[in-house]
Amino acid sequence: MAKYILKRILMLIPVVFGITLFIYVIMSLAPGDPATLILGADATWEEILAKRQELGLNDPVLVRYVKYMAGVLRGDFGTSWYNGYNVMSEFLSRIPNTLTLGLLSNLIVIIVGIPLGIIAAVKQNGVIDYSTLVLAMLFSSMPAFWFGLMAQIYFCLTLGWLPATGAESMKHFILPALTLASGSLAGQVRLTRTSMLEVNKLDYVRTARSKGCSESRIILKHVLRNGLLPVITSIGGHIATIVGGAIVTESVFAIPGVASLMINAVKIRDVPVVMGIIVVISVFVGVINLLVDLTYALVDPRVKLNG
Amino acid sequence: MKKKRNLSNKSQLGMIAYRFSKNKLAMFGLAVITVMIIMCVTAPLYIDYESVYKQSMADRFITPCAEHLLGTDQFGRDLFARIIYGGRISLLAGLVVVVIALALGVTLGGIAGYFGGRVDNIIMRICDIFMAVPRMLLSMAVVAALGQGTFKMLIALSIAAFPGYARTVRASIMTLRNQEYVEAAKCCGTGPARIIFKHVVPNGLGPVIVSATLGLGGTILAIASLGFLGIGVASPTPEWGTILSENRTNIRYYPYLGLVPGMFIAISVMCLNFIGDGLRDALDPRTKN
Repeated sequence: MAKYILKRILMLIPVVFGITLFIYVIMSLAPGDPATLILGADATWEEILAKRQELGLNDPVLVRYVKYMAGVLRGDFGTSWYNGYNVMSEFLSRIPNTLTLGLLSNLIVIIVGIPLGIIAAVKQNGVIDYSTLVLAMLFSSMPAFWFGLMAQIYFCLTLGWLPATGAESMKHFILPALTLASGSLAGQVRLTRTSMLEVNKLDYVRTARSKGCSESRIILKHVLRNGLLPVITSIGGHIATIVGGAIVTESVFAIPGVASLMINAVKIRDVPVVMGIIVVISVFVGVINLLVDLTYALVDPRVKLNG
Repeated sequence: MKKKRNLSNKSQLGMIAYRFSKNKLAMFGLAVITVMIIMCVTAPLYIDYESVYKQSMADRFITPCAEHLLGTDQFGRDLFARIIYGGRISLLAGLVVVVIALALGVTLGGIAGYFGGRVDNIIMRICDIFMAVPRMLLSMAVVAALGQGTFKMLIALSIAAFPGYARTVRASIMTLRNQEYVEAAKCCGTGPARIIFKHVVPNGLGPVIVSATLGLGGTILAIASLGFLGIGVASPTPEWGTILSENRTNIRYYPYLGLVPGMFIAISVMCLNFIGDGLRDALDPRTKN
């Protein structure tokens, strides 16, 4: 077990090195000099040269890369090219908002999605079964930001029930979390349903039925336990979706989180900021997936984690 | 089995087409997408290209009427013209991304799956690295490194998408390589080229086609998202996500400005998903007719 965990954590190292190296290389291949871009068109040649020196752009790509990674290993993600702020501290000041949003929406997906999926499976071809099927198709095709925009206009501006933008109180997070959850929610219902129905067909469930077990006991004691196993894995899959969705959701609701930092940095090509965010988020997603796999092994004794 | 006997005079492809045509949702999706593509391709025949960009302050915010089918935006530009010409960009851009990603994915996945061993290991570890980063973040980072622009965005999205295809191709080639009918073909003295193109590729293509169709919908969504965030196709070029972002502040007072572009995105993505699901079922011979 410990060996497996160690191996998985070690596997994150090539991810960090690979992604940063990749971004460095394409950045150096891309046309346009960052120093010129930062200073604008009317900067003098001397100013540009000084800026290049300051940013360390005169070194070869690989030297810059090694210097950057040396910093990353010490926990120093450098400073923004434009505003000079420390990437890590800016990231840390914004991450609580993003985490709140992600956690809330994940909770909605789990707390609402799983029970609905169970009901849809038990009452197969019933109202909930069909309506979640339609909703699943709708929400997986709908851009999250569009749903967010429409919900914002209706609930915040027309009805005035909720605040439209910002992140001051928990009330501000209700609609963004629902928006973010919308994409995964119906999918979670379908997945739970399918997995429950698959287990329902297995021999041991038939045995339980022929023994004369009550239907509720069969569902709760026999089917549910095994039926929920794939659901655990799916939660890991949501994380990447939620990170992607959080970017547009934060933008729609003007939440000052990591996403808005990222969007601005991409617009002005503030590479250190973009790199810092991508490294930290990738490691975070990797760790979450590891935790999901460990939980899976814990609940399902058939799964062996080999180091 | 019974069905198979009835259809025994049909080829493999005919069977797939038959199964697909029996799927109502998939056929509906195919019909809608076809109409949409025809409308976009033939747009210059019935919409003056001028009206996509022509601003006229006198015609601001006209609600949908006979002259302006979907109304006009804050600059008096005809929304219908922008949506249709936007469709040319959204759909084509999605297709380009999928084609580039497929070309990369099929080549790398094919090499990895066919040669196996160390080559496989190296290629798949590289794919693992790209897959570890959430797709949206990865494409945004590539846009940041390359600079903004439609073509650069397409490259960025392709880079974020190809590892998935590589994995699918590799997996299907790996399973097919050891299939009994491949061995049987080998025993009959069939050459490797014939085995690859006659036996392995046609059987391995199914999952790739399905994931490409489903991926097309996802890509259109991603392009719209980037357009909405202002780092995709730049305004005033019409692209569905960009149109939404242009009209963002006015949607409150003129809801059609938000409803229409969003609906075009949602409908086209949904139809592509229907087609993808239909293809998956049709390509799976175990599916009952």
